[in-house]
Amino acid sequence: MTTDNTLLALRGVDKVFPGVKALNGVDFTLRKGEIHALLGENGAGKSTLIKVMTGVYRRDGGQIVLADDEISPANTGEAQNLGISTVYQEVNLLPNLSVAQNLYLGREPMRFGLIHWRKMNRDARELLAGYDLDIDVTAPLTTYSVAIQQLIAIARGVAMSAKVLILDEPTASLDADEVASLFNIMRELRDKGIGIVFVTHFLDQVYAVCDRITILRNGTLVGEYDAATLTQQQLVSHMLGKELEKAVHEKVDHAEEQNREKLLEVHSASSDVLQPLNVSVCAGQVVGLAGLLGSGRTELCRLVFGLDAVKEGEVKLSGNPIKFTNTRQAVLAGMGLCPEDRKRDGIFGPMSIRENMIMALQNKRGWWRYIPMKKQRELAEHYVKALRIATSDIEKPINQLSGGNQQKVILARWLASEPHLLLLDEPTRGIDVGAHAEIIQLIRKLCEDGLGLLVASSELEELVEFADKVVVMRDRRKVAEVSGSDISQQNIMQAIAGQ
Amino acid sequence: MLHKKFLPLYVTSLLFALLFLAGSIQFENFGTLRVFMNLFTDNAFLIIVAIGMTFVILSGGIDLSVGSTIALSGVIIGVLLEAGWHPLPAFAVVLVLGTLFGAVMGAIIHYYQLQPFIVTLAGMFFARGLSSVISEESIPIMHEFYDDVAMFGFELPGGAWLGSSTIIALTVLVLAVMLANFTRFGGRVYGLGGDTHSAALMGVPIARTTIAVYALSSFLAALAGIVFSFYTFSGYSLAAVGVELDAIAAVVIGGTLLTGGYGYVVGTLFGVLIMGVVQTYISFDGTLSSWWTKIVIGLLLFIFIAMQRFLVRR
Repeated sequence: MTTDNTLLALRGVDKVFPGVKALNGVDFTLRKGEIHALLGENGAGKSTLIKVMTGVYRRDGGQIVLADDEISPANTGEAQNLGISTVYQEVNLLPNLSVAQNLYLGREPMRFGLIHWRKMNRDARELLAGYDLDIDVTAPLTTYSVAIQQLIAIARGVAMSAKVLILDEPTASLDADEVASLFNIMRELRDKGIGIVFVTHFLDQVYAVCDRITILRNGTLVGEYDAATLTQQQLVSHMLGKELEKAVHEKVDHAEEQNREKLLEVHSASSDVLQPLNVSVCAGQVVGLAGLLGSGRTELCRLVFGLDAVKEGEVKLSGNPIKFTNTRQAVLAGMGLCPEDRKRDGIFGPMSIRENMIMALQNKRGWWRYIPMKKQRELAEHYVKALRIATSDIEKPINQLSGGNQQKVILARWLASEPHLLLLDEPTRGIDVGAHAEIIQLIRKLCEDGLGLLVASSELEELVEFADKVVVMRDRRKVAEVSGSDISQQNIMQAIAGQ
Repeated sequence: MLHKKFLPLYVTSLLFALLFLAGSIQFENFGTLRVFMNLFTDNAFLIIVAIGMTFVILSGGIDLSVGSTIALSGVIIGVLLEAGWHPLPAFAVVLVLGTLFGAVMGAIIHYYQLQPFIVTLAGMFFARGLSSVISEESIPIMHEFYDDVAMFGFELPGGAWLGSSTIIALTVLVLAVMLANFTRFGGRVYGLGGDTHSAALMGVPIARTTIAVYALSSFLAALAGIVFSFYTFSGYSLAAVGVELDAIAAVVIGGTLLTGGYGYVVGTLFGVLIMGVVQTYISFDGTLSSWWTKIVIGLLLFIFIAMQRFLVRR
């Protein structure tokens, strides 16, 4: 922090949300002319930190110093004027306006009190020429690919006299060539003295383009490292917060795969976002899906459940090839999916616990065969008791429950539909410790009852605890499979790190 | 410059030309400057309201209150003139009140995050109710100034007439085109309709722009009320019922996307003219019921919305 060329320095920044300390005394230093990776698993505090820097949130403590001046941007506009620009994964430009308008919105060249269109278009062309882009700047932004839109967003950010450019997962929807040309632009900007904060989940990209790395975990700073001296394995262990060497063996052999009935077989199946892979799940088996965020865990669940189309290969359920065109077919075939984003994709917030629970069963029966109210109540009461859902009343709106109890209600929803195969995507995300243990017990119990479960999780500890087999994903392909007594945090982590 | 983004505009203007041409071929005296200019004279107030509506729809909103605002403006003018006011200060009162009315609706929409549909529906009932409370009877307007203004105009060749209301409507049109496409405010309105979230991140002042858009719409509705009173020489609480829907129809037929962000003010002019030419056609025919106008406009609306769906998907 004593270096002269420090551009942006965050010192001891705190951010508190009701009940959560999202950032706890985090330090972050960005130098002039460097590309600095900001890494961490979900919930580590990356996006909160970025939002604090860009004025979306106000910090609750600490300092932000930009070129020797302490700043407290109140909104993104103010941050932009100070020289901090952000480019998000979903390009935040205006699709209906022309490229030139997007570049100059809010600071259009004027003549006689009116917008000087000719000058604006000319300037836009010149500006983009600096990025090797020769496009029609009068065409609406939507006519161009996401990659070009992203470059336009970067050009806008830089043109607004950016000193600090924050790129929040800019490569998530780009192909390899597009990523390469983005990296070239990033390097050029770096050489011009701009400080770039680069957020990504692709570890290879971190090493390809970054000079330094800051890692966050659970809202605290893990450390700041030089990219050249930090090995990929060290990086992963810092992110996950586990020492590779100290991982514990505690796995008991649970299932001898060969003897069991195969419930789900994925035969070199691929989707638009997933490389071809093989996965199988037996009845009475818990298969864990490990990997960093964005590695393809969720995508695999979506593929199996029929949310994403199978491109090549095939998916078999109890020996029969399946090709779902909608999720109801998946439900009818005896599958259930607890999605990762419970709030958005899982619960019907204002509806009651009972209504949320009967949803899948009712859907399976068809809407014309209404479940009698008495039956609905019995079902709800039963699962509230069986899963120990903490609520005073089954008619309480589900969004008044805690995360753990919401998750149990969603589990109950699927259990009521009597599935053979349950897909759980991050079932313990955002759940307190007590409920966490209960959910894991529940997973084991369901497995003993003969269900097949495919459980994606970013917590190695719990994978080791409940999985009979762990499929490891990296960069949208399967990279390893560990089973039985080989399942250990160390083995999984090494597979994630690619060693 | 034949740009793809102007496509709806070409379609609308071409359609107007075709309809006008069809009328000219079928009927004697249809294809004259006089009939053409009458389209403006008869629809001047609608052009003005629909231009205001264009801004609202471009920003991604809707304004159902404009018809009632026209009626309320007429009634207030009528009452003030009865009380012995000169029309000019009465106009000023009406325009200021109209602008405030719109600004309040815009503020409610923005700060309480309410649907524009509901807020302006409430505004519609409020303005209509208020005009009935002020006077249930139609108030005749008699004033020298009114006669002068209504008579003012320029004789064009072929007995055509460029009257005061047409001049007002065309002036509004020119100013609106400049406002929409040559000022920062215009860019913000389009931006708001494109993606409010992105617009906010790009530094567009959402609150100010939203309030200004509804204020503008109500201001123009009040102005349309004034122009309408030149046409009817009265202020009546039940005047201009359903004009908000005619205005929305004109905007959509004019090629503006109902979801906001795409469209042009000039398109709206053609939208109004198309509706006017259909009406003229039916009155020239003489045998058709005037309700056929509504049926044709319904069909046109349907076609244009289907076309927009297609254009958006592309």
